[in-house]
Amino acid sequence: MKNKTFFTFVAPSLVMMLVFIAIPLVSVFIQSFYVTQGVYETVTIETCTPSFPTSICESTEKTVPVLDETNTPVTQTAFVGLDTYKALLEPEKVSELISNGQFFDIFNSIDFYKALRFTLMFTLITLPLVIGVGLLIALAVNTASKKVKGPIIFVSLLPFIITPVIGALSIKWLFIGEGLLTRALESITGQEISMFAQGWSIELLMMFYRVWHVAPFAFVIFYAGLQSVNQDTLESAIIDGASRFQRIRYVVVPHLMPLIYFIALIHLMDTYRVFEEIIGFSSEAHVISLQWLTFDFLEPDDTGNRSISRASASSMLTMVGIIILLVPVLSRTLRDQKKG
Amino acid sequence: MKKLTLSTLIALSSLSSVSYAACAIENTQEVKTISASFAAWKAVTQAMAECGNVSSTLDSEFKTKVGAALAAKPSLYHVSGVANGTFVPLLNSGLLRPLDDLVVKYGKNLNPNQFIQVDGKTMAIAMMINTQHFMYRKDILDKVGLDTPTTWDEVLVAAEKIQQADLIQYPLGGTYQTGWNLAMEFINMYLGFGTDLFDGNQATVNNESGIKTLEMMKKLTAYMDPEYLIADPTFVQKQLQQGNVAMANLWATRATALDNKEESQVVGKVYMSAAPKSMENGHPASTMWWDGITIAKNITDEEAKNAFQVALEGLDEEMVKENADAAIWLIKGYKPTRLSNGAIQNAINKTPSYPLTANIGLIHSALGKNVSDYLTGQKTAAETLQAVEEDYTSAAKESGLL
Repeated sequence: MKNKTFFTFVAPSLVMMLVFIAIPLVSVFIQSFYVTQGVYETVTIETCTPSFPTSICESTEKTVPVLDETNTPVTQTAFVGLDTYKALLEPEKVSELISNGQFFDIFNSIDFYKALRFTLMFTLITLPLVIGVGLLIALAVNTASKKVKGPIIFVSLLPFIITPVIGALSIKWLFIGEGLLTRALESITGQEISMFAQGWSIELLMMFYRVWHVAPFAFVIFYAGLQSVNQDTLESAIIDGASRFQRIRYVVVPHLMPLIYFIALIHLMDTYRVFEEIIGFSSEAHVISLQWLTFDFLEPDDTGNRSISRASASSMLTMVGIIILLVPVLSRTLRDQKKG
Repeated sequence: MKKLTLSTLIALSSLSSVSYAACAIENTQEVKTISASFAAWKAVTQAMAECGNVSSTLDSEFKTKVGAALAAKPSLYHVSGVANGTFVPLLNSGLLRPLDDLVVKYGKNLNPNQFIQVDGKTMAIAMMINTQHFMYRKDILDKVGLDTPTTWDEVLVAAEKIQQADLIQYPLGGTYQTGWNLAMEFINMYLGFGTDLFDGNQATVNNESGIKTLEMMKKLTAYMDPEYLIADPTFVQKQLQQGNVAMANLWATRATALDNKEESQVVGKVYMSAAPKSMENGHPASTMWWDGITIAKNITDEEAKNAFQVALEGLDEEMVKENADAAIWLIKGYKPTRLSNGAIQNAINKTPSYPLTANIGLIHSALGKNVSDYLTGQKTAAETLQAVEEDYTSAAKESGLL
């Protein structure tokens, strides 16, 4: 009976997860091993296009898709195994670069590794910053007087409420060459500032934006955690002569540890899929992320081509990356739970 | 954008119920149109709506939607407004209807250069052309005593002089945003050397012309705002409007904005000429684009006949007279203005049209991804062009072209 009640409650969400997560995932996984191609033929065609004062007509050899009797393009789907992954990871080029002693060129010249380098750095650098800043705000708000607490909490939550793309765009407009903040900084420093002219400054701006955007989330969780810190332990620590820092280090932080793991988990998952910053800051020339790479493969070009197979492969690889990042955090949480 | 589309729709439907007078035919069947969303299409669809029973969708995501919409049976739209790029996939998928019979019957007022002919069949009726051409501040060039530059080398000289004379810090503007825009700049300049992008279906950009193109682009960026890699057409248009640059190669559709008193600080000062050449005896380093109407294949002949007549009502002289500034029209009754001079000079000097092929999109994407690596110094010119060819090859293999 107990089991039955449990399943009745869980069934709707299980079905949803199956339909909206599991099935698409399996289909993407399968797609990454197949390639669907159009069948083309080469014909000589005369085309006339408008101009002044008359049209330009030219006869050229063109490759056009073969149409079947119902007037739809003929396609064929073939199993290609790991070929698509190879096209993405370019193992031959990698080993060639390594044998030439140009190890760091891998992260410059092959899109996937270029994106991987930025994605990993971005994720791992913002992680401690988000946790640290979130904790600081929580501690500060916790000591504030009751009167101002409400407004302070509201204001510090604001960055989290803003839609990511809009937030990224507004930061871009503030810091672009003619932007308000750039103008202000220029007049203070007396130097010309172009934040969007080189890669490192864009990366800095992106990390700043991400921390500013996500820290409120960490703050809310930590603030909730702080309400349940054992006051007796804190008081006895004070009597024992522990400084404020020692109290935080040895009483508050251990108490918040499960929450820190929780935030790390969410942050790793979210940040590894960094995308809005790339679009918002139009940083494609300097930095790209794995999620952007998938998007770029899916985006049809002017003549309607999409690289569905490579997009599938790249999103599978992104998922593998997230899992690898999460394993240490998850196993640590599990161990702690068993202990507790 | 959505709001705008919606308000246009409302405006259109109210228009259609009020005035039938301006339309020569009485339309009783429903006609649905889809097109991109900009001033010229607004003018044309409004003129069509005067015939009644017309509903128009002006959509900024037109490119991604139109293929599936026309593939439905019956097609979701009767008339679709296309440009060179969007025309190719529709044509290749067999979703468009040859218009020859209809043209013979109803197209007496069309100019012969409006017909887009593929394999001897008229597949689309063009209404306007668009092209990137040179826009320059005549007053500033006069100050440094120079004539209008006609080659990119002369543009470099002019830029240097303007900078030396301390008139403008960064005298040059360009649509160098990574991706589509930057690739377009490359293709313009590369074709200006008279070399082909393809040999059969193989990409052949890694050659002398390719390297010369990249080198010239890099030289030009020295005179641009250092953030040139995020400069899209709107950004460049604003630079011109605010007097922050003296010269730019920009789309003809942007020209009227420079004489818009509400936005521009340089009204009447910007002049238009043909795009600069890549080499002395070449053609302007640009490509010609067109926008026009097509009729869907998956509708009945009766519907097609009716839709075509209504569409032509949108492309008539009356519409052009009322919207003379909205585009460089190909339609009878269009009188060129000072601002259309650049586009016309481009055309007269035999600027090629942007190629209508299945593989141009692939190389355009590959260029958009890679050209910036050379400009930021991450790769040499030869390495960059090699990467372009490799990217093209893997995309072409995946799509079945190779």
